[in-house]
Amino acid sequence: MLQKLGLIIFIAAFGLFIGTLGMNNYTLTNGILEKIFKEDALFDAKIELASMVDQSYSNAYTFTSELSEGIKQLNKVYNAQQAWDKKIYEDTILSIVKASANGYLVDNKGFMFFFTFGMAIFGALLFILPEAKKTAGIKNNGIYFNPAMTRKWLGICIGTFLISFYIALYFKPQYIANWTMLIDPVSKLINGGEASRWFMYGFLYTISVLVMGIRYIIKYSHSKYQIIRTLSIMFFQTCIAFILPEIMSNLNLPSADLKNMWPLDYSFFFNYRLDKLLSSGAFGIFLLVWGIALFVVGVPIMVYFFGKRWYCSWVCGCGGLAETLGDPFRQLSDKSLKAWKIERYLIHGVLAFAIIMTVGVLYTYFTGSYNLLGFIPTESLKSGYGFMIGSIFSGVVGTGFYPLMGNRVWCRFGCPLAAYLGIIQRFKSKFRITTNGGQCISCGNCSTHCEMGIDVRAYAQKGQDIVRSSCVGCGVCSAVCPRGVLNLENAETGSRVMIAPDVLLGNLMEK
Amino acid sequence: MQHVVIIGNGISGITAARHIRKQSDCKITVISGETDYFFSRTALMYIYMGHIKFEHSKPYEDWFWEKNRIELRRAWVKTIDFEEKKLYFRLPNNDDKEAKIGGSISYDKLILALGSTPNKFGWKGQNLVGVQGLYSYQDLESLEETTPRIKKAVIVGGGLIGIELAEMLHSRGIDVTFLVRESSFWNAIMPPEESAMISRHIKENHINLLFSSELDEIIGDANGEVKAIKTKQGEEIECQFVGLTVGVSPNISLLKVPQGNMIGREKPAFVLGVGGIKLNHGILVNEYLETNIPDVYAIGDCVEHENPPKGRKNIEQIWYTGRIMGETIARTITGKRTKYQPGIFFNSAKFFDIEYQTYGQVPAELSGDIKTFYWEQSSRRICVRINYTTEKHVVTGINTFGIRMRHEIWDEWISSGKSIEYVLENLSKANFDPEFYKQYEAEILKKYNTETGCSLTLKSKKGIFSKIF
Repeated sequence: MLQKLGLIIFIAAFGLFIGTLGMNNYTLTNGILEKIFKEDALFDAKIELASMVDQSYSNAYTFTSELSEGIKQLNKVYNAQQAWDKKIYEDTILSIVKASANGYLVDNKGFMFFFTFGMAIFGALLFILPEAKKTAGIKNNGIYFNPAMTRKWLGICIGTFLISFYIALYFKPQYIANWTMLIDPVSKLINGGEASRWFMYGFLYTISVLVMGIRYIIKYSHSKYQIIRTLSIMFFQTCIAFILPEIMSNLNLPSADLKNMWPLDYSFFFNYRLDKLLSSGAFGIFLLVWGIALFVVGVPIMVYFFGKRWYCSWVCGCGGLAETLGDPFRQLSDKSLKAWKIERYLIHGVLAFAIIMTVGVLYTYFTGSYNLLGFIPTESLKSGYGFMIGSIFSGVVGTGFYPLMGNRVWCRFGCPLAAYLGIIQRFKSKFRITTNGGQCISCGNCSTHCEMGIDVRAYAQKGQDIVRSSCVGCGVCSAVCPRGVLNLENAETGSRVMIAPDVLLGNLMEK
Repeated sequence: MQHVVIIGNGISGITAARHIRKQSDCKITVISGETDYFFSRTALMYIYMGHIKFEHSKPYEDWFWEKNRIELRRAWVKTIDFEEKKLYFRLPNNDDKEAKIGGSISYDKLILALGSTPNKFGWKGQNLVGVQGLYSYQDLESLEETTPRIKKAVIVGGGLIGIELAEMLHSRGIDVTFLVRESSFWNAIMPPEESAMISRHIKENHINLLFSSELDEIIGDANGEVKAIKTKQGEEIECQFVGLTVGVSPNISLLKVPQGNMIGREKPAFVLGVGGIKLNHGILVNEYLETNIPDVYAIGDCVEHENPPKGRKNIEQIWYTGRIMGETIARTITGKRTKYQPGIFFNSAKFFDIEYQTYGQVPAELSGDIKTFYWEQSSRRICVRINYTTEKHVVTGINTFGIRMRHEIWDEWISSGKSIEYVLENLSKANFDPEFYKQYEAEILKKYNTETGCSLTLKSKKGIFSKIF
């Protein structure tokens, strides 16, 4: 009953959240243009957008698309003139839209924030918290009857929403300007300014990790491993990824997500970031050294002792979202041998791409030449990687496809850092998932609920330890096993059972 | 090329096929009327509860069989001519829409892996619609079909399948009454404390548990559907479904022939079935899993051992014994005649949310030369029982509820005759619980010390740091 009410409140708040996109009236004034453009650019903009100025638009979409069209024309001219420095980017369009808005939402941001985010969180918690009353244990009843979790209509709707959201966020943020407006009160509170699209995204991300993290902890309340792991994810997302960088920039320091590292943080060696760190004194140097030490020293040592899980399912933001928001979709990952093949080509391909791209970027940084080895255009490598991997793969596909391909699409098929961690885990680590003698009954719960698409059962039923580069050590296979067969362990590297015994424990016939 | 034919695509038949293929190049055909591909019978409950789908219960992808040249044939066998070495298939009828056309197939070696069938003890109304056991894929299908009509269900017989069926129906919001003949759950197998613990947990999960109740008859309505049951105690319980889970028996109807009037005759040790094959409750086999017919072997649930290995029953319907028989028979078929030798007994189960494992022998009632040590945690959902010999304190078996233990360690401890003192001091070594779980070894040891006046100390701690370095 309470849960139904929670669901209704959540859906209503979510509907309102979508609805806010159509709110407000828009009037572009010369004043706004003067604030945003200077000199020649202002002159150009005033001419190009003359027909829009001082017109009142009641339709957000019409206004935004007309504005975008105008800017596109301007950019066309600049392109023809090869005046690259004059080009106008999405964030500028977003600022114009925000500045032109007036009406109910603009005047009642706090109120609307409460009715969208506030009520959605309240509704979700009302839906989630009563589950805590149930006896602790595996709560997988009905997963395969649920249209959201089985690629049925609801799953497809959620997927469509997520994909659209990421496309808008990365490529057309001006159309979701009102969502950044909703977050303005929070942004004001934390950094004194208006919310950028990335602040809005960070906020939404953190809220998702926290609320769905609570759900996860309740769902797996019988497992201390799951509880502690999830608290760790929630901590790193909230404090290290979301709040700490804001504090840093408030202190006029270069801001950084201290747990993010190259090559996941693919722009770490980009010239503007290196310049900023190198020009920020001791703290900048510290961040540079920290960032390099993390992947050069931290990764090998930590993966040797604990496996890649220390990062992928305890610290990482992408992993954090997958484990919390993505948990309802974990069973959708493809377990076939074919999928594993594709996975290995893709993820190692991305790692190679990231390395070549970064070498190119550094080459350009130190030599000033834009052609690596004389023929590889480093700028194209950089923008190509950013577009294809940074935006499309990690965002649009990586998260947008949760309800279609499982919650670890990015981590499994695309993340270059996961590939790097995985290589160490596979060849030099104490970590393995031990299988318990002859107890396996091949029921398939472990494989079904493995988010990385590992056919865990294939190992368990023949008594072989699971040593796979992709395993993020979430521990769910061990949790759902009804016979106590699987256990995540760190022990001597040489003691991992890599080859299945001829016959399993329990059969005394001659080996 | 020799042709090995296996009837039955369950764990024993499929294990045999896989291991024969590993060791030889002969032609292998596996026949099943139940499903096209091998699936895990133990997963049927998870399919019904929506944890997994049927496709997830298949341990191998569908291309596996062709790649390994294991021919699969979907058909029911009608009869076997052992002299001609030929199987005849059943003609299709309305009952089994899936079965392919009749015909026959010849074999050089035949492995019977026929499985089990749920027991029915001749109750009135046992063939009504809505009365069934849970063993085969078809059982799951018919349960799915009946489910929308079920508001109340009665389960008869307190074994492992019974409690699974109770959990399944409960997961779909069905009101379940569990009829158990004994005075406590599964107390023919479990010592009283464990039996009481499971009983409590069943009730905690809102199952209506009736002890010392026996089914008298099942009452149907005008449509031939079940509407109630009557117990021998005279109670009538309304229900739309009756689950019969009073054990399973070897599925040997294919081999049985009418035996004439047995009244007044002493029950013989065996009877002869089709073609003179020796049967009793199951297909009788020797230590090598050979039947009395040349080139015909039997493995898995359908088997009755004439001379069971020490510590083993003559009929043992467990997943892994089927698997071991499959591994063993593959050796024999491929030229190395090998005895069936299951090692130290082990098993496991899950009762709703409580996991159970056992190693060695822990009978419901103690024999004179065995002592027992029992510890129960204050939540009353976790316990450990260790049995050991009175004289030399050699451990003979363990029951563990809510704590996972390492099979390998317990197998070694029991087979090498470790003492209870040694075992308790080193108990952490056997701990198989996930990291960060609370460990109870110290508490367990303390109780033993208090009870016996010993002063044993823990030798090792599992702890996360001891494992890292």
